[in-house]
Amino acid sequence: MNLRAVWAIYRVEMARAFRTVLQSIISPVISTSLYFVVFGSAIGSRITEIDGISYGAFIVPGLIMLSLLTQSISNASFAIYFPKFVGSIYELLSAPVSYLEIVIAYVGGAATKSIILGLIILATASLFVPLHIEHPFWMLSFLVLTAVTFSLFGFIIGIWAKSFEQLQLVPLLIVTPLTFLGGSFYSIHMLPGIWKTITLFNPVVYLISGFRWSFYGKADVSVGVSLGMTLVFLAVCIAIVAWIFRTGYRLRN
Amino acid sequence: MPSILAISGVSKTYATGFTALKEVNLDIQRGEIFALLGPNGAGKTTLISIVCGIVNRSSGTVTVDGHDIRKDYRAARSLIGLVPQELTIDAFETVWATVNYSRGLFGKPPNPAFVEKVLRDLSLWDKKDAKAITLSGGMKRRLMIAKALSHEPRILFLDEPTAGVDVELRQDMWAMVRRLREDGVTIILTTHYIEEAEAMADRVGVISRGEIILVEGKAELMRKLGRKQMTLELRSPLDSVPDGLSRYALELSPDGSQLTYTYDNQSDRPGVASLIRDLEAAGVQFRDLDTKNSSLEEIFVNLLRQEP
Repeated sequence: MNLRAVWAIYRVEMARAFRTVLQSIISPVISTSLYFVVFGSAIGSRITEIDGISYGAFIVPGLIMLSLLTQSISNASFAIYFPKFVGSIYELLSAPVSYLEIVIAYVGGAATKSIILGLIILATASLFVPLHIEHPFWMLSFLVLTAVTFSLFGFIIGIWAKSFEQLQLVPLLIVTPLTFLGGSFYSIHMLPGIWKTITLFNPVVYLISGFRWSFYGKADVSVGVSLGMTLVFLAVCIAIVAWIFRTGYRLRN
Repeated sequence: MPSILAISGVSKTYATGFTALKEVNLDIQRGEIFALLGPNGAGKTTLISIVCGIVNRSSGTVTVDGHDIRKDYRAARSLIGLVPQELTIDAFETVWATVNYSRGLFGKPPNPAFVEKVLRDLSLWDKKDAKAITLSGGMKRRLMIAKALSHEPRILFLDEPTAGVDVELRQDMWAMVRRLREDGVTIILTTHYIEEAEAMADRVGVISRGEIILVEGKAELMRKLGRKQMTLELRSPLDSVPDGLSRYALELSPDGSQLTYTYDNQSDRPGVASLIRDLEAAGVQFRDLDTKNSSLEEIFVNLLRQEP
C-alpha cells in the first residue's frame, strides 16, 4: 500500500481546511449559533419539551447532523472536483496510487474535517443548552459512520459533476431539504398520519434518530434500524465508488 | 539494449467514436531523447496519456522497463514523470508544498535536500514559499517540471514543453533536458516546434492521424530525406531555362535572375559539378551561388504532404 501517497493527499486536504478556516470552521459555527437563536429561543419559548427533553437540547443532534451531512458532502465533492476542474487530476491518475488509497485519502480528509466541525458545534451547543450524552461510544460511532458515508457520497458527486452548479445541485436541492424534513427540529411523532409515513422514506430520519438516541436514549425509530439504514447507504456508496474506479467514469477517458 | 518503453498495437477509440490512435507500435531506447512530432490532433497527447495511465487504451499493450502499465501499474508509473502541456497546478499551494506533495504521491520518502536541488536547478528556490498563483507563466512551467522530477523518474515525458515559452526559458529547458539525459533519464518530448526536435532529439517519430508514419535516428532521417538546394545568382536574367539543362529540373525565379537546383543524397540526379559544366556549355554565367540543407521542418512538412 502506498501510505505515503495517502498521507500526502490527506495532508493537502487538511491544509486546505486550515487555509480556509473562515469558510471551513467558523462559518458553520456561526450558522449553528444562529439556528439556536432562531429555533432554540424563538420556537423553544413555545415548545418547551419534546419526549421530556428541552427543545434547545432536542435540536442539538439534528443541528450537528445537518452540518455533518452538508460539510461531508461539500468537503469531499470539492476535494475531487477541484483537481478535475483545474486539470491537476492528471498527477493523481498517473501516480502509483490504487483506487482504494485515493478514496481513503480524500474521504478520510473530508470526514476528518466534518467530524472536527461536528465536535466544535457540539462544544458550541453546550454553551447554549445543558447537554447530556447517554451513549458516548454510539454518539462517536454515528458521527464517524455518517461522516464517512456522506463523504463517500460527496466524492461520488464530485466525480459526477461537470460544473460548479452541478456540484451544488445535490446538496442544495436534495440533502438540505431532506435534513430539514428529517426531524432535525421536531420529532416525527409530531407529524400527522400520512406525513409520518412519508417521512419514513427519508433516509436522513434514521441518521438523526439514531444520533439523537445516542444523546438522550430516545429515538423516533429503533436504533438498530437507524444503524442498518446508515450501513446500507454506506454500502451503496462503496459500490458506486467501486464501479466508478472500475470503469474510469468521468476520470479516465 | 532492451527498450525502456515498449508500445505494441495500441489503439484508442473514444466514446464519441473518434479514433485517436490506430495500432501504434513504438520502442523507446533507454537513455535516449526521442521527439514525437505531429500536427495538432495527431494523437501525441493521447499516446502519452495512455502510457502514463490517464487515458484507458482500447487495445494493445504497453510496458515500462518490463512492467505492464495495467497489471503492474505501481512499478510502471513510479518510473515515469510527466510534464503536461497545460499549466495545471493547485494555485493556492506553495511551490515547496506542491513539489513535496508530488514526491509523496509517488511513494517517495521526504528528501528536502533533493527537492531543494530540483528547485535550485530550475531557478525556483527563491520562490519556494510563494503560492503558485503568484508565479509567472514561465515559472509555472518550471514548477510543473519540478513536480515531475520530484520523484526521481527514469523516463520523463515532456508534452509540448516550450509552447508559449520565451527564448531564454526555452534554452534553459533544453540545457536541463541534456543534463537529465547525462544522468541516464530517458526523455520523450512531443512537439510541433521542429527546431526543438532538431536541436535535442536522438531519434524522431512522426505521428499523423493516429498512426506512426516514421521512426528514425535524427541524423539518419536528415541524411535520407533531407534535401540540398543550390541557388545561382545569374549575371544576366534568363527568359527560360535553356534546353540543354532540362534534365536538372531547374527552377527559374519569376524575374529570371535566379536558378535553383534541388537534389538529395538518395536521388540518381546528376551532381553539382556536372550542372556547373553544363551551365558553362550553355553560356549561362553566374556571379554567386548559395547552398543550403533542408531543415527537419521541411522534411516533416514533406512527410505529412505525402500522407494520403
